[in-house]
Amino acid sequence: MLQTTPSPAAVPPIQAGLQPMLAIGDLHAAYGQSEVLHGLDIAVAPGEIVAVMGRNGMGKTTLMKTLMGIVPVKSGTIRVDGAAVEGLKSHQRVAKGLAYVPQGRMIFSAMTVQENIETGLTVTGERRVPQDLYTMFPVLLEMKGRRGGNLSGGQQQQLAIARALASRPKVLLLDEPTEGIQPSIIREMGRTLKKIRDERGLSIVVSEQVLSFALDVADRVLVIENGVIVHESLRADIDEAQVARFLSV
Amino acid sequence: MFGDYSLGDLSSIFVMQGFAGLILFSVYVLMALGLAIIFGQMGVINMAHGEFMILGAYMTYLCSGFFQTQLSALFPAYFFVAMALAFLASGALGMLVEWALIRHLYKRPLDTLLATWGLSLILQQAYRTIFGAREVGVELPSWLIGSVQVTDTIEIPINGMFVMGVTTLITVGVALLMYRSRFGAQVRAVVQNRAMAGAVGIDTERVDRLTFGLGCGIAGIAGSAFTMVGSTGPTSGQLYIVDTFLIVVFGGAASLLGTIASAFSISQTQSTLEFFLSGSTAKVLTLLAVVGILMLRPQGLFTLKVRR
Repeated sequence: MLQTTPSPAAVPPIQAGLQPMLAIGDLHAAYGQSEVLHGLDIAVAPGEIVAVMGRNGMGKTTLMKTLMGIVPVKSGTIRVDGAAVEGLKSHQRVAKGLAYVPQGRMIFSAMTVQENIETGLTVTGERRVPQDLYTMFPVLLEMKGRRGGNLSGGQQQQLAIARALASRPKVLLLDEPTEGIQPSIIREMGRTLKKIRDERGLSIVVSEQVLSFALDVADRVLVIENGVIVHESLRADIDEAQVARFLSV
Repeated sequence: MFGDYSLGDLSSIFVMQGFAGLILFSVYVLMALGLAIIFGQMGVINMAHGEFMILGAYMTYLCSGFFQTQLSALFPAYFFVAMALAFLASGALGMLVEWALIRHLYKRPLDTLLATWGLSLILQQAYRTIFGAREVGVELPSWLIGSVQVTDTIEIPINGMFVMGVTTLITVGVALLMYRSRFGAQVRAVVQNRAMAGAVGIDTERVDRLTFGLGCGIAGIAGSAFTMVGSTGPTSGQLYIVDTFLIVVFGGAASLLGTIASAFSISQTQSTLEFFLSGSTAKVLTLLAVVGILMLRPQGLFTLKVRR
């Protein structure tokens, strides 16, 4: 299912005739009566890394939660590899190929590292943690008997990514993965994300406030403000100063 | 209060009351396990838990009658069938209740209290209509009757040992299920973070339904064990539900070991004091002790130390 072989250089954005891996059409989402997302249109190509940037409260986390089915869709469509998922429950969306690394990591703190990863295996029916996950995150193998809550922030972040990858996703969603993590580990994480994309060929949507990290990992940068996309540019021809203006408070 | 007894008498009394306490302990542990699983999982306080237990007791009663009249050759083994049936009946009713009632109230915990209390009244009346208001007892097979003479003054009832054996098996089984199986891992994940459990691919609604069924099913087995030490009436469950809540709170919510330790201490205190004092005075003393300890240690006996 993941036969896409991304070119090592910049992955082209959506081309005519190429089906997007994740397609969001006119997406509206609301908490009760107050609408937060006002009609988003986003398409992510197979093997593409898209960074969604924006200041606090502009709708990044709501977008992620809406994609995962934690916040209900008011109207609009979400397609993963062609299959409509907007009416599905969270676990059914995972089965369709979405995986989620939430803000604050949200690992199961009272469970061991290994058990945390195993929860991600639910939709695949596998029983053992695949070896390639431990190869990618050797520190997790070392710590597999420890409770997740006793890991450091960076280790928890790796655990949350490994847990998400365990479900063999087509699209990986990361919500502010750099939050509360020290700079040296942030660079490491950028390398890891690109490695995941290159090895597994999956599409990645990452929401960010740190511009340098976004420029490091993303093929394309979107800026969201007050629930609408206000800026979009490829990594190659991005105007850093302009994006930085959107992010300044 | 000990003045009238010799030292030998006293030790025999403590052993035998201690053993009687162990049977009570068994029923408490099974009840509290079910309640703790359900409360830990979904934050639902199941006021009808006693009635699920009594359903198990009535299933055992029906089984006893059926085997006596229809299958008397297999009568010695009927208790095992009865326990399995009690588990299935209470578990199935539990899943039905979860589907029809509880799942609509997850976001309103106080309403589940009222709803399950109403359910308990409905079930009590249903038992009264179906089985009659009179208490019923079951006929035990001969191998469960009698006692083992340990010394001149100490004898231990066989059915008590049987109940304890069953309780031990079920407790170990539940512990294995919760801490060694995939289902158990899913349950613990849902307990810790429901939204996130869904987002890693766990069907939280299915886990909820099965967990509720499991908790009620274990209560059914408790009811089956209960028939050996008490007679079954429509309102017998009410006598146990308050004590069981006390055990769950005293043990520390979401701690299996704490539940067992608190069931043990409460049932032993209760049973030993009952011999020397009247039942209600014994209860008052037990409750006072529990209240005192909870004031000093509000989180209960056992808690898990981990960064949240």
